[in-house]
Amino acid sequence: MTAVSYGTYALPTRIAVLSMMQTVHSDATLVARLRGGDGAAFEELVRTHMGRMLRVARRFLMNEEDARDAVQDAFVSAFRSIGSFEGTAMLGTWLHRIVVNASLVKLRTRRRHPEEDIEPYLPQFAGDGHQLEPSVPWTEPADTALERVELANMVRAAIDRLPDTYRVVLLLRDIEELLPAEVAGMLGITTNAVKIRLHRARQALRTLLDPQMRGEVK
Amino acid sequence: MTCEEAIAYLADYLDGLLEPDERARFERHLSLCESCTAYLAMYRDTIRMTRAAAAAPLLEAEEVPEDLVQAIVASVRG
Repeated sequence: MTAVSYGTYALPTRIAVLSMMQTVHSDATLVARLRGGDGAAFEELVRTHMGRMLRVARRFLMNEEDARDAVQDAFVSAFRSIGSFEGTAMLGTWLHRIVVNASLVKLRTRRRHPEEDIEPYLPQFAGDGHQLEPSVPWTEPADTALERVELANMVRAAIDRLPDTYRVVLLLRDIEELLPAEVAGMLGITTNAVKIRLHRARQALRTLLDPQMRGEVK
Repeated sequence: MTCEEAIAYLADYLDGLLEPDERARFERHLSLCESCTAYLAMYRDTIRMTRAAAAAPLLEAEEVPEDLVQAIVASVRG
């Protein structure tokens, strides 16, 4: 066993490193038990990661039944492919990616409703290319707004109002922080389409947040 | 550069993907256009608030629905 010294690192860094090492160790133990066919290990995996998996699926699907289905599909998929888990990523990260994929599959298969047009939420321009309605800065700086407890719920609700085509790209790029090429591959679209949809989604979200950021809605 | 062109460049500008001459034209437009300067600030704040909202803890606790746990465990045993 290799001796490792952490003496030169600050205490919070040492705690973070030790915590990560413990996670990697417990992941490795759990994966070994799963591969060995230990039934209790799978239940432990489900219980440990269920909360976070449901949160991700709900964000994509906005429907409890679909979210539960996606989480179930994700855990079953993880169970079947545990042999391919390489241990280079943490188990939670690996499961996170699986539930994002399961949610996207669910989104594609559920009945499609006609989407709301995003154009009304985008800035409008005059014939000479200037903004028809000049933009005015928000009265509440984002830094202050971010301290408000209800802001997170307000932003989440505004994201949920975006048409799916744009909402999913915003979730994958700005929240999951995947690269444009990864998003393009997952959605079967070009990287240019990813860029266009992301830009439109952010602009529409800005429009939806505008009344709250001007204190017009409490 | 018009406002329409400048706003189309926003994402690439924030990601540092504009060519030097495009960046110079974009910044020249911003220096002359209060409206686009305001729009850029709000666009940047929108991205920050999106990330902050996703990272924020939910008001309700992250629950573990027992029936779902049992359904999942049963489905791999089945």
